[in-house]
Parts: sequence; C-alpha cells; structure tokens
Amino acid sequence: MDKMYTREVMDHFLNPRNVGSVENADGVGEVGNASCGDIMRIEIKVEDDKIADIKFQTFGCAAAIATSSMITELVKGKTLTEAEKITNKKVAEALGGLPPVKMHCSNLAADALKKAIADYRERRIDSDSSGHNLFDRADSDSKAFKDKP
Amino acid sequence: MKLVYLDHNATTPVASEVLEAMHPYFREDFYNPSSIYSPAQKVREKVEEARLKVARLLNAEPSEIVFTSGGTEANNQAIIGGARANRKKGNHIITSAIEHHAVLDTCLRLEKEGFEVTVLPVDQYGTVSPESLQKAIKPETVLVSIMYANNEVGTVQDIKTLAHIARQNGSLFHTDAVQAVGKIKVDVKELGIDMLSLSAHKFYGPKGIGCLYIKKGVKVESLLTGGGQENKMRAGTENTPGIIGLGRAAEFILENREEMEKRIRELEELLRQGIKDRIPDVIFTGHPENRVPGCVSVCFKYIEGESMLLLLDQQGIMASSGSACSSKSLKASHVLLAMGITPEIAHGSLRLSLGKDTKREDIEYVLEVLPGVVEKLRAMSPLYRRGDG
Ligand SMILES: Cc1ncc(COP(=O)(O)O)c(C=O)c1O
Ligand code: FES
Repeated sequence: MDKMYTREVMDHFLNPRNVGSVENADGVGEVGNASCGDIMRIEIKVEDDKIADIKFQTFGCAAAIATSSMITELVKGKTLTEAEKITNKKVAEALGGLPPVKMHCSNLAADALKKAIADYRERRIDSDSSGHNLFDRADSDSKAFKDKP
Repeated sequence: MKLVYLDHNATTPVASEVLEAMHPYFREDFYNPSSIYSPAQKVREKVEEARLKVARLLNAEPSEIVFTSGGTEANNQAIIGGARANRKKGNHIITSAIEHHAVLDTCLRLEKEGFEVTVLPVDQYGTVSPESLQKAIKPETVLVSIMYANNEVGTVQDIKTLAHIARQNGSLFHTDAVQAVGKIKVDVKELGIDMLSLSAHKFYGPKGIGCLYIKKGVKVESLLTGGGQENKMRAGTENTPGIIGLGRAAEFILENREEMEKRIRELEELLRQGIKDRIPDVIFTGHPENRVPGCVSVCFKYIEGESMLLLLDQQGIMASSGSACSSKSLKASHVLLAMGITPEIAHGSLRLSLGKDTKREDIEYVLEVLPGVVEKLRAMSPLYRRGDG
C-alpha cells in the first residue's frame, strides 16, 4: 500500500508534526469533508500577526492526516496573510502529489486553516470593538482576502 | 519483519496439495480435453474427476456442476441466465442489501433491461428475515438470490428457510456461497436450492476458477456462445489446471474442514476477547452466533480504517476495511450501512479474517500491535477526548 502514497505522504502520516491542541488558542477552525465524512480541526496561536503555534487533529485517511501535518509545517511562523495564500494544491505539491482520488482530502487542511484564521480575526474585532490601532490591521487584512481569486 | 496475513476473506494461499495437483496440467499434460488423442482424453478424465470432487463437497451430482472463471462469473451466469431463461414466469427479482457487487450490480443491470428488482433489508446483524422475503415475493418473481455468508461481517443466512419460501412460490433460488464453501458445511440437497456459486481462491484453490451448481432440470441461459464446452453451459477451452486445482481444493476441504473450523473458531475467540479486553469503544459487527469461522469485523470509534490499515501494514499485518476513505467510491461499505451502522462508525471498520495457517502467535502479535495503532490514531482524532470518550 505504500506505493499508493509518496514517501513524503507516508512520512507525514507516520510521523505527523504538530498534533494536538494549542492552549488558549486564538483561532479554531473545524471542517468536515463532504465526500467521505472526515473531520479536521486546526488551532492557532497568533503573535505579531504571525502564526506562533499551530496544532491539528484529524479524523480521516492517511492523505488527510499527511496534508494536515504538512500545512502546519508550511505555515508555522508565517504571517496570516502569507498563511492564507496556501492552497490545497500547494500542500499536495509539497507532499510530492496525492493519488487523484485523494485530492479532495487536501481541501480539508486549507479550509480548516482559513477558518481558524477567520475565527481569530472575528474574535479580535469582537474584543476590540473599542478600537485603537487594530482597526487598520483588520482593514489591510480584509484587503488580502479580497485579493484572492 | 513478521508478516501476518489476516485477509483470508479476500483470498487464500493455494494449499501445497492443490498446487501439486495442478502442476502437470501446465506442461506435461497441457492437452485440450476436447481433443481426441489419448493423452488429451486422460486430461478429460481428470477434469471429470475434479467435477466429481466438487459435486461431492456440495452433495450434488457431477452433471450439476458448471465450471466458471470464479465467483463473479457464476453469479452473473446464475442471475442473468436464470432470469432470462424463465422470463415467461415474470420479470421480478429479489436480492438482499448486503450482497457482493457481483450480485447487486448484476441485478441492477437486469433492472435496466426491464426487470423489477426488490432489495431486501437486513437487521442490525446482517440477517435477512424470512418474513421480509415472504412479503416481497409475488407470482412474477422469477429468481431470489441471497448470499449464504457475507464477506464483510461473516453473517450466515438461514438459506434453507429462504429457499423454501422461493420454492413454494415456484421461483428459482440462487445463493452466492463464495464465502461459505470451505468454511461451513454446504449441502445443496439439504438446503433445497436451485443454484449456488463458489470460488476456489477462497478455500485454498487457485484464482480465476469457480463453479455454478445448477440443479438438474433448472433452466438457465448460458452467457457465452462458442465451442459448447461444459455441456453448452460455458463455452471456452477449459482452464484445466484451475479445474483440477478446484477439485483438489474441494477434496482438501472435505477432509480438513471440520478440524480447521474448530481451530479457527478458537483463534477467532482469542482475537475477539483480546480486542475487547484491550481496546475501549469498539463495536463488533455481524451476527453474534450465526457467522462463518474466522471473520472478525469490528469498528473502532473515532478513527478511520484506511489509516488503520496503513499503520498495521507498517508492522506486517494485512487486513481490510469498509471505511469510506479506503474505498474507491469514497462511500462506506454498503453492508455496514445496510445494517444500520452510521457512516461515522463505519469509518473505523476493520476486518480481520483468519485462515488455516493462522497461528496463535499471529493473533498474539496482532493483539500486541493493534491497541497502539488505535491509540495513535485516536490521539490525533478531534472526536476523541480522553476521559469522556
Ligand atoms: C461473497 C462474494 N461473492 C463473490 C465474490 C467474487 O468471487 P471471484 O473473486 O471469484 O470472482 C467474492 C470475492 O471477492 C465474494 O466474497
Ligand atoms: S479523508 Fe476520506 S479519503 Fe481522505
């Protein structure tokens, strides 16, 4: 069965990075997979607009676990804007490709991450409705959102 | 690395007796059994001897055995051939929700050709109730096809009662016994059935050979046209090594099945109890008693089957799963779903199927490895919260 997956996929599946949950997470994203019924959860800690810590939990196949693990590695330490640019395709590429039937599994990871970031922003806006310099940032970030195709 | 094969419901290794019996028919005695010269006629005799052995295993007559390329072809032949040949009785077919695709998809194909198909439900153990058949059957029912033993959960049906209902109604009764033959006693006369499919590679014979038992007098239209072999029921030059291997495997089963069954059931119990004792949140699927020996089908909550299979494979353990992710269609096993198991629980399905060469050490090894595999995946699962899981 190893042949079905690349070495990178098997490596991330067998030795997943950043499994678990983040204490006092700033953002949480949980998504389900419509095709096969899997669930993935990403929790992030944000410091200076950067992903300081990230953990995942996945209920799914080896491809789902490997893409989860890979995305946490790819975005750790990145700014939120950079992190948001990670696409499913990039995660799959970083893993040396996925079997066609498993491409949908990589959607989970990118979607969960986006949801976690969106959750973080929402919480910031809620708790900082009084304002100060946060407003500017939220604004520039929302532009980053719009820039996306 | 230690290798432990626990996927005998998928296929079995060819027994050495069987391989030995087949060997001459590839080279020395390669002749076409339809040829007239004496060496070829000796091969013909061997083919007929094999037919006799298969008939003996089933308590059938040799003339009632038609060799096919395996279980799939036998099922296609029985259902399509049986339905077409008896169309004047009607156009209704009954089958069950847990059949192998070789039966289900064949019935669906006939549905496209204008037959009406009723798919009987099963209960939580995968049992078809005689009452549901009684209710569904009607004067137009040409054929009822219900499997003897299920490949995923091992549940054995009350074929005798089901066949009786069909016979009372004048409908043909076929059973896919691919997972039953070799594991439990199968007697076509006692069961009172019209047709039965079997496949050699599930009981230590070679792949690509099987047969359809057709009771004397039952009309079935042959699917293949050609050289008129198998009494015009199955055209094509006989797979002589395969047929002779099937015959030898049938003999092997006749001689060894009871002893094998006893040993396998003991090991199976050890495995079930061991899983129960070592791993929380497990659901065993299949009938609590009416099961073929050696099939342990179990769901581990909060985790997914394909990842389980890959981690087991890393430690040399070979098994299978009915999870959505491990199937090409990305749908959970239709058998588990028909039994009312939720897709989420079916996700964690694992099937360990034992065979004649399974050893106590193999089971002990699995019991050593499996808890760690489940624990590792549960630790990664968002559904699993230690303490309140
Ligand atoms: C219940 C059942 N029916 C039919 C088949 C098909 O048999 P074969 O592989 O010989 O075509 C199988 C095996 O895969 C089976 O388990
Ligand atoms: S998560 Fe189900 S197929 Fe990958």
